[in-house]
Amino acid sequence: MSLLEIENLTVTFQTGDGPVNAVNGVSFGIDAGETLAVVGESGSGKSQTAFAAMGLLAKNGAATGTVRFDGQELLKLSNRELNRVRAQEIAMIFQDPMTSLNPYLRVSDQMTEVLQLHKGMSRKEATAEAVRMLDAVRIPDARNRITNFPHEFSGGMRQRIMIAMALLCRPRLLIADEPTTALDVTVQAQIMELLGDIRTEFGTAVILITHDLGIVAGFCDRTLVMYGGQIMEEGPTNDVFAAPSHPYTRGLLKAVPRLDREEDSLQTIAGEPPDMSRLPAGCPFSPRCDQVEDICPMTRPALEGFDGNRRRACHLNVKEVA
Amino acid sequence: MATDPILSVRDLQVTFDIRRQGAWPWTPPMKLHAVGGISFDLPAGECVGIVGESGSGKSTLARAIVGTVPMSGGSAVFEGQDLATMSPEARRRHRRNVQMIFQDPLAALNPRMTVGEIIAEPLITHEPKTPRKEVKRRVAELMERVGLLPNLINRYPHEFSGGQCQRIGIARALILKPKLLICDEPVSALDVSVQAQVVNLLMELQRDMGLSMIFIAHDLSVVKHISDQIVVMYLGRVMEQADARTLTTRPQHPYTQALISSVPVPDPVLEKARPRMVIEGELPSPLNPPSGCVFRTRCPKAQASCAEARPEMLDLGNAHTVACPFHEVEEVLAVQA
Repeated sequence: MSLLEIENLTVTFQTGDGPVNAVNGVSFGIDAGETLAVVGESGSGKSQTAFAAMGLLAKNGAATGTVRFDGQELLKLSNRELNRVRAQEIAMIFQDPMTSLNPYLRVSDQMTEVLQLHKGMSRKEATAEAVRMLDAVRIPDARNRITNFPHEFSGGMRQRIMIAMALLCRPRLLIADEPTTALDVTVQAQIMELLGDIRTEFGTAVILITHDLGIVAGFCDRTLVMYGGQIMEEGPTNDVFAAPSHPYTRGLLKAVPRLDREEDSLQTIAGEPPDMSRLPAGCPFSPRCDQVEDICPMTRPALEGFDGNRRRACHLNVKEVA
Repeated sequence: MATDPILSVRDLQVTFDIRRQGAWPWTPPMKLHAVGGISFDLPAGECVGIVGESGSGKSTLARAIVGTVPMSGGSAVFEGQDLATMSPEARRRHRRNVQMIFQDPLAALNPRMTVGEIIAEPLITHEPKTPRKEVKRRVAELMERVGLLPNLINRYPHEFSGGQCQRIGIARALILKPKLLICDEPVSALDVSVQAQVVNLLMELQRDMGLSMIFIAHDLSVVKHISDQIVVMYLGRVMEQADARTLTTRPQHPYTQALISSVPVPDPVLEKARPRMVIEGELPSPLNPPSGCVFRTRCPKAQASCAEARPEMLDLGNAHTVACPFHEVEEVLAVQA
């Protein structure tokens, strides 16, 4: 059984322009210790999928479907029960570490709070544990720096603190939502290396939400590609990158300039990212797809398995995607 | 290079005065050297890329060339005229020849002006006598050129997506037919699929209009793709400079090597196999930069002598210069043709 199992998840926001579906019938699972990448551009619903699973949707949002963690249904839990799961079983780190940390509290206060509340530790024990965790994420001189305020740390250090905080209760699943987007490349490399070490050290399963295909290539076992609130394709990272089975994935891979290649001009995906309040009835990618057929805008393709462990949602034959 | 460069920057410096909070009024302000002596030549019609992490001074350099930040030393000679000693009248003329596009496409556009007004504004400012009909014609022509439907001319910026806003910014920058276009992180706020569209558009425009470009970005893959020449900056100084291919395939400076090694490549097989050179720490404070070589605090090859003197710019031939006495080629990336 999967550690986290999401089935037919739909997230709807009530907006001034009527209801908007940010996520549209998404199903996937992640096993213990596995690393899954959720790739997509802005508005693809990748973050909202995670927010819905964690019960973190904005007030005007509602989720339907099922999200089971270790067999327990999360969408029906009360806030109180959810808080226990969120602290001890699933943790999340966000894009901008400065806005996720409380600027008024010392790092020590923010970190020990979790341990005192959920593990019933004394303040002293909790501080010792927090220092150990800061050491684990390689914050130099953690014992003294723990009493600093968030603004006294650099961006990379803040993200390390966020990771340390997320790991305090030894969660079995870590959801990282664009953890390195706000960081410089050299610092990004450090943080990704750290996440890799933590994955092996603690055996944590990781869902990495990102738009950067390069990071996915180096870090994740399995890749799931989203567009317009739906899954376009899913499979082992090596297979998806070597032989994309969906025109969108193929287009994305060709649109990224690569440092190791010489190309005259980049291949582009025509058009603009989708307007989520005006999606076509069929495949959300059909208005931009260069292999679109008559059926595509009308009927939504089913997400079907192929090649054993891969899935794709496209009316075209796999061999036709070129 | 047979022709004279359109822009020739020599030892350009920008220093900001920083007053500590609570300092006495008579204490002299601290000096922040945002750009500490940068030199490069931009041949007409070419593109020079400037890469560096945040705080490396790349945007300040651009602003100094445009003239929105005063230079505190050195010179930038544009078509034979030094910007530092230019008269206000000459500066006005200079401004129309040098245009800039910015990172956040929506923030760069006035929300209360229509797209047509935004694009026409530079033309009306610099050539107020242009007949309205002519203005309208040129705006429509340019909108079509950058891939916007001319019937959107009366819309407001918030009605457009990020990629479209960047196209509006490009149209506005090009309406005066400038000779030099400075792009400050023009694609980093855009989605991957749209990023490629804007990069292609810029390259097309450069070719068709004979533009010279300075392309500033932190993403080395994009810079390599668009530039003829690349300057790598760190803490206000040049670390290495070479043509794009040499710099990415045969980098000599440890910082360039670390930078290239940090850029992930979307290829799982290569990505897992390639050697990693992760450098420790983060950019030191520019208020209190390390002595000698500014990179030495994070450099894997640092030696005691690095702290003593600023390394000389060494000329390796073929317009390849590097600021490191211990430079050597390191294969950090296998490049396929």
